[in-house]
Amino acid sequence: MTTAMPERVVSAEQRKRARSVGITYLVLAMVCFFVFTRRPGDAGFRITETSQFTLPAQGFGWALGIALVAVAAAQLLRGFGRLANVVLALATASFFMSFLAWAAAGDSFSFVGMLQDTVSRSVPITLGAIGGILSERSGVINISIEGMLLAAACTSAIGASLTNLWLGTLIGVLTGMALAAILAVMSIRYKVDQVIVGFAINFFALGITSFISFRVLVPNRDTMNSLLPVTPIRIPLLADIPFIGTIFFDQTIFVYFSFAAVALATWGLYRTKWGLRTRAIGEYPKAAGTLGVDVNKLRYRNLLLAGAVAGVGGAWWPIGIVGRFDQNITNGRGFIALAAVIFGRWHPVGALCGALVFALAEAVRLKIGNFDTGIPSEFLIMAPYVVTIIVVAGFIGASRAPKAAGQPYEDQ
Amino acid sequence: MNETLKSLRFTFLAVIAALFVSAFIIVITDIEALGDGNFGQAFNTLGTAYWGLFKGSFGSLRAISNTITGATPLLLAGLAVSSAFKAGLFNIGATGQMLAGAITGLWVGFAFQLPPIIHVPFALLAAAVGGALFGAIPGVLKARTGAHEVITTIMLNGIAGFTVLWLLKTELFKREGRDDAISKFVEDSARLPKLFWFMGKRIDLLAHTGFIVALLATFAFWWLLRKTTLGFEMQATGFNQEAARYAGMKTKSLMVVSMAIAGAFAGLAGGSEVLGLYGYASGTVAGDIGFDAIAVALLGRSTPIGTLVSALLFGALQAGGRQMQVDTDVPIDLIIVLRALIVMFIAAPLLVKAIFRVKGDAKAFGQTFRGWGG
Amino acid sequence: MKFELRGITKRFPGIVANDSVDLEVSTGEVLALIGENGAGKSTLMNVLYGIYRPDEGELRIDGAPQHFSSPADAIAAGIGMVHQHFMLVPVMTVAENVVLGVEPTGRFGSLDINEARRMVKEVSEKYNLDLDPDAIIEDLPVGVRQRVEIVKVLMRDAKIVVFDEPTAVLTPSEILEFFEIVRSLVAAGRGVIFITHKLKEALTIADRINVLRRGKVVGEAIPKKTTESEIAEMMVGRAVQLIVNKKQAVPGEAMLKVDNLSVVEPDGRTVVDGVSFEVRTGEIVGIAGVQGNGQTELVEALSGMRRAATGSISIADRDVSHDSPRERHAAGMAHIPEDRQRQGLVTEMSIMENLVLTRYHDAEFSSGIRMKWDVAKARSNELVAAYDIRTNDPSQPASTLSGGNQQKVIVARELSRDIRLAVAAQPTRGIDVGSIEYVHAQIVKERDAGVAVLVVSTELDEVMSLSDRVLVMYRGKIVADVDPKKVSHMDIGLYMAGSRPAGAAAS
Ligand SMILES: Nc1ncnc2c1ncn2[C@@H]1O[C@H](COP(=O)(O)OP(=O)(O)O)[C@@H](O)[C@H]1O
Ligand SMILES: [Mg+2]
Repeated sequence: MTTAMPERVVSAEQRKRARSVGITYLVLAMVCFFVFTRRPGDAGFRITETSQFTLPAQGFGWALGIALVAVAAAQLLRGFGRLANVVLALATASFFMSFLAWAAAGDSFSFVGMLQDTVSRSVPITLGAIGGILSERSGVINISIEGMLLAAACTSAIGASLTNLWLGTLIGVLTGMALAAILAVMSIRYKVDQVIVGFAINFFALGITSFISFRVLVPNRDTMNSLLPVTPIRIPLLADIPFIGTIFFDQTIFVYFSFAAVALATWGLYRTKWGLRTRAIGEYPKAAGTLGVDVNKLRYRNLLLAGAVAGVGGAWWPIGIVGRFDQNITNGRGFIALAAVIFGRWHPVGALCGALVFALAEAVRLKIGNFDTGIPSEFLIMAPYVVTIIVVAGFIGASRAPKAAGQPYEDQ
Repeated sequence: MNETLKSLRFTFLAVIAALFVSAFIIVITDIEALGDGNFGQAFNTLGTAYWGLFKGSFGSLRAISNTITGATPLLLAGLAVSSAFKAGLFNIGATGQMLAGAITGLWVGFAFQLPPIIHVPFALLAAAVGGALFGAIPGVLKARTGAHEVITTIMLNGIAGFTVLWLLKTELFKREGRDDAISKFVEDSARLPKLFWFMGKRIDLLAHTGFIVALLATFAFWWLLRKTTLGFEMQATGFNQEAARYAGMKTKSLMVVSMAIAGAFAGLAGGSEVLGLYGYASGTVAGDIGFDAIAVALLGRSTPIGTLVSALLFGALQAGGRQMQVDTDVPIDLIIVLRALIVMFIAAPLLVKAIFRVKGDAKAFGQTFRGWGG
Repeated sequence: MKFELRGITKRFPGIVANDSVDLEVSTGEVLALIGENGAGKSTLMNVLYGIYRPDEGELRIDGAPQHFSSPADAIAAGIGMVHQHFMLVPVMTVAENVVLGVEPTGRFGSLDINEARRMVKEVSEKYNLDLDPDAIIEDLPVGVRQRVEIVKVLMRDAKIVVFDEPTAVLTPSEILEFFEIVRSLVAAGRGVIFITHKLKEALTIADRINVLRRGKVVGEAIPKKTTESEIAEMMVGRAVQLIVNKKQAVPGEAMLKVDNLSVVEPDGRTVVDGVSFEVRTGEIVGIAGVQGNGQTELVEALSGMRRAATGSISIADRDVSHDSPRERHAAGMAHIPEDRQRQGLVTEMSIMENLVLTRYHDAEFSSGIRMKWDVAKARSNELVAAYDIRTNDPSQPASTLSGGNQQKVIVARELSRDIRLAVAAQPTRGIDVGSIEYVHAQIVKERDAGVAVLVVSTELDEVMSLSDRVLVMYRGKIVADVDPKKVSHMDIGLYMAGSRPAGAAAS
């Protein structure tokens, strides 16, 4: 609304942001000096079944600490301009490696296994987040990802136990769609506050799946809640690439589906007619409505699609990894997915990155838990939550949510 | 007055609709009976279940005591959600705030030796302060960075949960001879007296004076909203933050203050559980109360009276649900379903209207959420 | 082709927005639809465009009845509309906005963006509307956005084009350009419905004029055979004073001093650029300019809603640059914000609460932490009476008031205090003529009582008739400081567009 001026002045906010990044580097450097240099010994990172590389934990800690001080100084004095994000990514990655070296000092662990595990665990978060993006991009806030994942996990476990894995997954998909339909009808037709419906759906899913779990599944465990999960599919050739192949191409079909979903959603949202309309109704539905686009119909369709994708995410638990349903098996992963949506700025690829970060935190906990680092396990479990807060507090200021998310559309 | 009556009617119809749907769920999940084609038995189960629900909530003095016991933390935590709603904030963090209050209340409860008349209020105060400080965090995060409280409070719940699990295993809190996350007992002087203490022989009744604290808190909430400048500012901010800012209100500090007040209510909930019901703390001291409190606040439309009534209703459902689980094989989780349905129907007066074909305009629940901000 | 609306009635809760309205327009003519704010013009056009379904009445095209269930039907029937509030997705490009709904597609439903660009280029070149298909809407000035809207309509090959208050966002010279576009549309055999509440414009461009009042058509006129005051009387229902009645100003010493004030957006754009001026006691200074030239941000800086990047603001020689809004308020500054419903009122709260919204903390209304609601109630009853706020119960929510009465609540709250400076942004936007006259009279009354008044308005007529001195803002700078009695509308218009009238001294 305001007139653009030719010269670009650095605003106070940009300066503040640059400064806080600089200070963050300093803090990381301090952690390197005072924590990561405390445990002697080399850390072995196994990268294939037979080979590993070693990092001297203390040496690496000192070196990185000094490097970070230098980076912080450069950042505070003149900034990195266009390279800022590259530097940030490099610094974070090295810091993470130093952390691992510290934790595994004097020992070794399967680095490749940890990353493989990360990719696998990212599946439900990614798919939940895609579900979130599809609905929020069309203007409906989706707090109920958790409920959709949980309900789909429950029904797909039953379905797969009684029939086969494919039908089980399909039943999970239909369950996700059914809950999405409730969200859609309530928020679009009855114009109920979308957060309230979302919450009610979460409550409902939690209650009904616990109820079914105790009343039906426990007494009929062998027939209704027992199945063999899918096995990994090695992609010929690609899976033989050392390191990378193991991480990405020796995974279950769920992993391949989730990457495909990210690619498709990205292409769909930014390269197709459907995507143009979807983004329009999430930003400014009236603009689309006055051009003859049926806003609410498109919202219904996109919500059902979101429910279907989240349904696959829910089916991951029983069919992709665990082999059964347990009460509250999702344990808040749907909310992590919501955070991934925000982290990824409502972009599928961004959300995938977010999901990988959260999954990595989890995978690290499982690996590091074996080492006696002196950190109570509770704090490691907490890490994803802390990461989420930091990310949301640090990033949302710069992010742009779909403007119309949360508002019912009156088409008269 | 007419307005109130109308909204009461909708609440009533919503509860009826929810009971119907739950009945349906009970019947169709009675696999054994249905498998034998025995519909009579399935409906019999239903009858027993709902009768248990009533008997366990209001059927006896013990039932009433249980209802009150269940309602006490729900009311306090419900106020935590309601008061934040009034300021335009969605507080999903009552669980974490309860845990914070439980821990600070617990510590004052065992670390000091004081006469009861001082010890009890002191411990309660500590619980409120603990909850308030923890509650203020999402307020500060939102005011300073714009991070949405829906996300941060959920994450802080996790952080609080695991921090408490860890704390309870430290030397300071740990109970002698136990390795799991369970704390020492608080001093007797810090215990909230039983509510029915005057009925000498019935000391087995669980209800405690935390309920009185909750009622006082409800009154305080009413007073805050109706009589104080702060309450006026909070509500103006809740309705229209921009206008509040234009009117010279410090909306960012109000965010922090409102969340601190909300946290104080939730902290009291945690404190009253520790000092009143259990006498110690464990990892599950907050349970799902913080989540249920959201339903309480939604059902009560965030008003003091509404929150009180719906907390009592949910307390009754919980007490009754336990009886139901004993009398039949219907698990208490049905109560969660029932609550979800009630919230859904309450939030959708248009739907209730359509189901029951009632006339007159239905007032939709005010919007709680105005997008993600930023 | 002939488009007829027959007996259209449209009701909203508590109001009949259109009351059996008949209207017809044919291709090749310009019909002006005029009426006060709230007369029901937009509603009628939304019925024509298929957004609202009428409660009664029907639309006929060449005599055949039509049943539109959505804008898609109206578009298919050859109706196009440029809405009062632009229907553009701000984060998308011009091309994306234009093809939305009629997207050219390639394989698998993929969007053919090159074809979209080409379509935009083709239509915009044909009608001489200069547009960059890849520009992002939110970076464009309002005038250009309007061109995007026009291209949208032309792309869909509309036979009838409705323009809902298109001139409200344009400078006088842009208005002339706009009229050229209208003429070329008519020359190309299309029909135009032109909505305005400015009589002169209707008289200039229209072949016929229809006047709407309180949802009814109250008259028809042919421009050549009528006068401005005749139509004005039809619009309002009584004789209207088109000028503000006021005495010569007697300015005293400077009350508000603004020195080299700049405001920078978070993304680094300078939106107020080194502005300096003074407002003296007993004078009304008006700031004219096309919307989006920094006026909003200037007022935000003055009221303390936003930090200035450089410069200082002082009230009665006291520097208030770093004061909070409340401290400025206490220093004697009244503020009537630009957006009544979003900034000026909490519409869900009662009229009484809104009347104390900025003053509840004064000792009069509160003692420490406690509100004195009884005092507030008594005082608000007085204000409701004194400021002619039409309500029978001040405990009703402010949302129950009409726009004009809502504005009076704000005026009452802000001007009833002991003030030295009043800053009024768009004080009469979207309210009825009676309320406009009332608000103007109150502002003049404050001036006469020795208050320094700053009025910011995008309505050039308002600024010219109300102010004793006019400053023009263009791209964040003050480009003119003139006496409204000594310059013409056209000259001010040139300043508003960034040029200067021939013969004006370079400063
Ligand atoms: N969607 C709506 N709901 C309720 N009232 C409305 C709505 N739209 C317009 N109105 C009311 O109808 C009347 C006519 O409005 P409008 O057609 O916008 O007038 P105009 O365009 O002539 O200024 C006004 O009183 C307005 O408040
Ligand atoms: Mg209009």
